[in-house]
Amino acid sequence: MGSLVLENIRKSFGQVEVLKGIDLEVSDGEFVIFVGPSGCGKSTLLRVIAGLEDATAGAISIDGDAVGHLPPSKRGIAMVFQTYALYPHLSVRNNMALGMKQAGQPADQIAERVAAASKMLSLEEYLERYPAELSGGQRQRVAIGRAVVRNPQLFLFDEPLSNLDAALRVNTRLEIARLHRELGATMIYVTHDQVEAMTLADKIVVLNNGVVEQIGSPMELYNSPANMFVAGFIGSPQMNFIAAERIGRSDAKTVGIRPEHISVDRESGTWAGNVLHAEHLGADTILYMETEAAGLLTVRLFGEHKFNAGDRLYATPDEARIFGFDDAGRSISG
Amino acid sequence: MAKATHSLTRSFAAHAILAAYTVIALFPVVVIIINSFKSRKAIFRSPLSLPDRDSFSLIGYETVLAQGDFFLYFQNSLIVTVVSLFFVLLFGAMAAFALSEYRFRGNTLMGLYLALGIMIPIRLGTVAILKLMVASGLVNTLTALILVYTAQGLPLAIFILSEFMRQLSADLKDAGRIDGLSEYRIFLRLVLPLVRPAMATVAVFTMIPIWNDLWFPLILAPAEETKTITLGAQVFIGQFVTNWNAVLSALSLAILPVLVLYVIFSRQLIRGITAGAVK
Repeated sequence: MGSLVLENIRKSFGQVEVLKGIDLEVSDGEFVIFVGPSGCGKSTLLRVIAGLEDATAGAISIDGDAVGHLPPSKRGIAMVFQTYALYPHLSVRNNMALGMKQAGQPADQIAERVAAASKMLSLEEYLERYPAELSGGQRQRVAIGRAVVRNPQLFLFDEPLSNLDAALRVNTRLEIARLHRELGATMIYVTHDQVEAMTLADKIVVLNNGVVEQIGSPMELYNSPANMFVAGFIGSPQMNFIAAERIGRSDAKTVGIRPEHISVDRESGTWAGNVLHAEHLGADTILYMETEAAGLLTVRLFGEHKFNAGDRLYATPDEARIFGFDDAGRSISG
Repeated sequence: MAKATHSLTRSFAAHAILAAYTVIALFPVVVIIINSFKSRKAIFRSPLSLPDRDSFSLIGYETVLAQGDFFLYFQNSLIVTVVSLFFVLLFGAMAAFALSEYRFRGNTLMGLYLALGIMIPIRLGTVAILKLMVASGLVNTLTALILVYTAQGLPLAIFILSEFMRQLSADLKDAGRIDGLSEYRIFLRLVLPLVRPAMATVAVFTMIPIWNDLWFPLILAPAEETKTITLGAQVFIGQFVTNWNAVLSALSLAILPVLVLYVIFSRQLIRGITAGAVK
């Protein structure tokens, strides 16, 4: 009931082309995340799907019907915004009910849906309050509730967690994941935070400069990135990129190795170097090493290690986990 | 300790300056009001003293009220001010919404054009306006005044309101669109309540020059049945003899309605500031 097909979506603002031909298929019930750096066009793409912006070219269909000409309210979508965007002069109950009232639904049905949504999000005791009387986390739950009440075919989330603090962000993330399981609805979610993307998504769409760099499941992107951009964007800390000729490899222009796929030893190893800085996080230890052969390397070790700045160590990459990239930055499979 | 005394002197200085300004601003008003309650001789003998048992007199008010037309003048002023204000706020807010919300070719130019009126005094066009009103048969009607004052108030209203509307959360309007609100409902139900403090500011700035204006009533609507209060008060100012009691009483009375409107708008202003923000 909630599939989405985008065909060659283009969007320009004046001379600036923000989306340069996006093709995408989302099947019913999927949780899809658009991820990319600031200004990559991910929010614009979401707004085009919502109907808040008209695409310059291309076709959008939701559930098999072309919706390009329809206003947002007729597309069967609901959207959750970064700034919550609750109506300040309406109570929580009326905030949630407004969309259905506008659509002319019967009052008892509205009341029923509001009750169900507020139960699902534990908002029952706040129904008569106004947005100004709620905390940030509660406001975002109301905003999600407002979307749930509309019973849409497609949920759109525009960086919904960016304004929340770290602890609330984790809670709300779990809430959204639970919501997706319970409702089984199709969800499209925009974020610049790759942790949100990796933890929530069935399918991640990596965008950069208005084009799709790669589409795949979180583990596909992690284990077989299509190019250097995706390789560098997914994974934290970022993948190490080394000019291949520096380490005597001729099969690629650049090689990449993730920080967690390098091991270190005090006695022997592939690349000798000095520790510039060590971050002790308890569960992880992150070392920044200056090596003679490979330049600056980030190394992520699991657990606690007693390495400090100035220590001389040898780093050894896991050969099976080395990625090669060609002149254009494309991944060399093999 | 040193810091505390320093801030004390500073706050004293600030209060002294503000108090001095208040005295200067209120002085003419107070002189008008106290003298309106005095007999003619007492006004000239000691214009600054308060009315006492000997000098107290209501003769000015009696003259003004006995001249039955004064209620008509009040009514005219009130109609002109309130209706002009309504149109200025309505059209100003609508134009400001269009300028701040929609992308269209020539948006910036249009905004500049609409704001140009702030810099060009409308009185420069008096002759042309008079010709226009004569040609359209609107001389000696309140409509003529309302049209002119609406035109006069719009530039500042559009300028201030469009700046305010630009600061409103775009997400809120988009949320309204997704919930199926029409652009008119978004304007009326979401945007207007949020720019209420700005509307109150614009209302005050627009209302006072209209209420106090003598120029356009004198030129466009000097007939007996369309006189405004400021024009009406002029009947007591003669070339040779001026009935000061009546003039001062008329002016004192003229302050009241505008004061009431001001109180209403300033309450809106404060309420708007203290209401919860979007986030």
